Amino acid sequence: MDAAVTPDIILKLSNIESYYGPIMAIRGISLEVPRGRIVTLLGANGAGKTTVLKTISGILDPQKGAIEFMGRPIQRMEADRIVRLGLSHVPEGREVFPFLSVRENLMMGAYPRRDRDGVAEDIERVYGYFPRLKERINQPAGQLSGGEQQMLAIGRALMNRPTLLLLDEPSLGLSPILVKEIFTIIRRVNEEQGMSILLVEQNAKVALETAHYGYVLEIGRIVMNDSCDRLMHSQDIQEFYLGAKEAGARGERRWKKKKTWR
Amino acid sequence: MLDFVQQLVSGVALGCVYGLIALGFVLVYKATEVVNFAQGDLMMLGGFFAFTFIGMMGLNYWVGFAGAVAAMALFGMVAERVVVRPILGYPQFSIIMATIGLGYFLRSIAGMIWGTDDLKIETPFSQGVLRVGSLVLAHDKLSVIAATVILCTLLWLFFNKTTLGTAMRASSENMLAAYYMGIPVKRVVSIVWAISAAVATCAGVLLAPITFIHSNVGLALGLKAFPAAVLGGFGSIPGAVVGGVLIGVIESMAGFYLAEGWKDVAPYIVLLAVLLLKPEGLFGLHVRKKV
Repeated sequence: MDAAVTPDIILKLSNIESYYGPIMAIRGISLEVPRGRIVTLLGANGAGKTTVLKTISGILDPQKGAIEFMGRPIQRMEADRIVRLGLSHVPEGREVFPFLSVRENLMMGAYPRRDRDGVAEDIERVYGYFPRLKERINQPAGQLSGGEQQMLAIGRALMNRPTLLLLDEPSLGLSPILVKEIFTIIRRVNEEQGMSILLVEQNAKVALETAHYGYVLEIGRIVMNDSCDRLMHSQDIQEFYLGAKEAGARGERRWKKKKTWR
Repeated sequence: MLDFVQQLVSGVALGCVYGLIALGFVLVYKATEVVNFAQGDLMMLGGFFAFTFIGMMGLNYWVGFAGAVAAMALFGMVAERVVVRPILGYPQFSIIMATIGLGYFLRSIAGMIWGTDDLKIETPFSQGVLRVGSLVLAHDKLSVIAATVILCTLLWLFFNKTTLGTAMRASSENMLAAYYMGIPVKRVVSIVWAISAAVATCAGVLLAPITFIHSNVGLALGLKAFPAAVLGGFGSIPGAVVGGVLIGVIESMAGFYLAEGWKDVAPYIVLLAVLLLKPEGLFGLHVRKKV
């Protein structure tokens, strides 16, 4: 991490272990999200990225380890209390409320808040980021296109005015143009509001271009972490995530490489 | 013609009661995907509470009515907490058995406390009639219809115009996403049970002058309200009320115009016909699960 940036840590995971039933999905993960930064968590299918986010937001309880959000331990806290502390989660696959209107979906994002004026202000700000949502304000969310639903899911999380935003695969199933549009907004939210963001992505290219710092996850472990600039130029990342080299006998290569990382 | 209108009104009145019980089924089902087979017995218990407050303690009708509704709302929350929540997430089968068990339990307890006689509550609607020309309509039936309209309007406003009501719809559409929004889903579910028990109590108290209160009244009506909910498309709130009214009217017409015995069968024949032609129910959403 750049030594020049004051490491004011918003989120800190120490040795987190999580299980799906009897299966250990997360095998001792430690990571940090500094204030005002975008941190990305990369990894292939089944690496455990979504599980990490679910563990942070309290949908899953970690078996071991500690999670600190703004200096406060939040492991094993109820999910709705964690949201109230200012941590919002945009889940994988958008998960909008299909029969609620766009406006009602956004209002649900502000459910923990009681300041009506602030909420009205934020709803306008979300419409500013995503003008298309404003056009569809009274439509049921289920009728929106995939891209619009992703915008709604992000806008809905912003309505909580979170300190930290967890984003799970915002590029999933979207056209390249929409991916670009959504990541531009993510960067804007980070720059304009100083919001810290933890971004999980399979699209390593766009994630590395957007984020400041990155972690690489493989089968429940962090195998690499560095600034995104350096990750982008690392040989392994280029080979395995950016497709710079044909895969070849990739299975063997991958296991060999991993040993040197540990 | 006069007979027809007379039968229609009493059918609608009875149907409103079915509709209110069906509404309870639907509210709980939408929120938690649990079918509460004790819904009719919650109605019965509500009726007994009202009898206790009004008939035994001599309270004013409206005070007793409100007291019974409040007591039953609390009871609904406790029932959810004690009976349903611990087994939520286990197979549907166990939850259904638990609610059937709860129903048996409530019927036995009610029999032990209040005895097995038919009880009667004196209400402001017990005696009077409304005469329109040669048509004679009993106040007790009209009061049921009026109360149902008022209750449905209040519920509609609550679910569509308040944040808590919207949060309830949100939780029933996507419970996981509701957690992500910081909606306290467990508390929301408790409140849904409170509302459905309160609605059932209203049905029980309104019904008291028409059928009396006894410990098995809930079972009998629950068996009629269930097809009402299915007819309307399980999961649709307006569907539950419309389904209830339809069942009530069919039953009342069949009882008057057809031979003995058709009264109880006719609603089920209509139900089967509707399910054959429109399996999702009259108001059901056209979502078919692909297996």
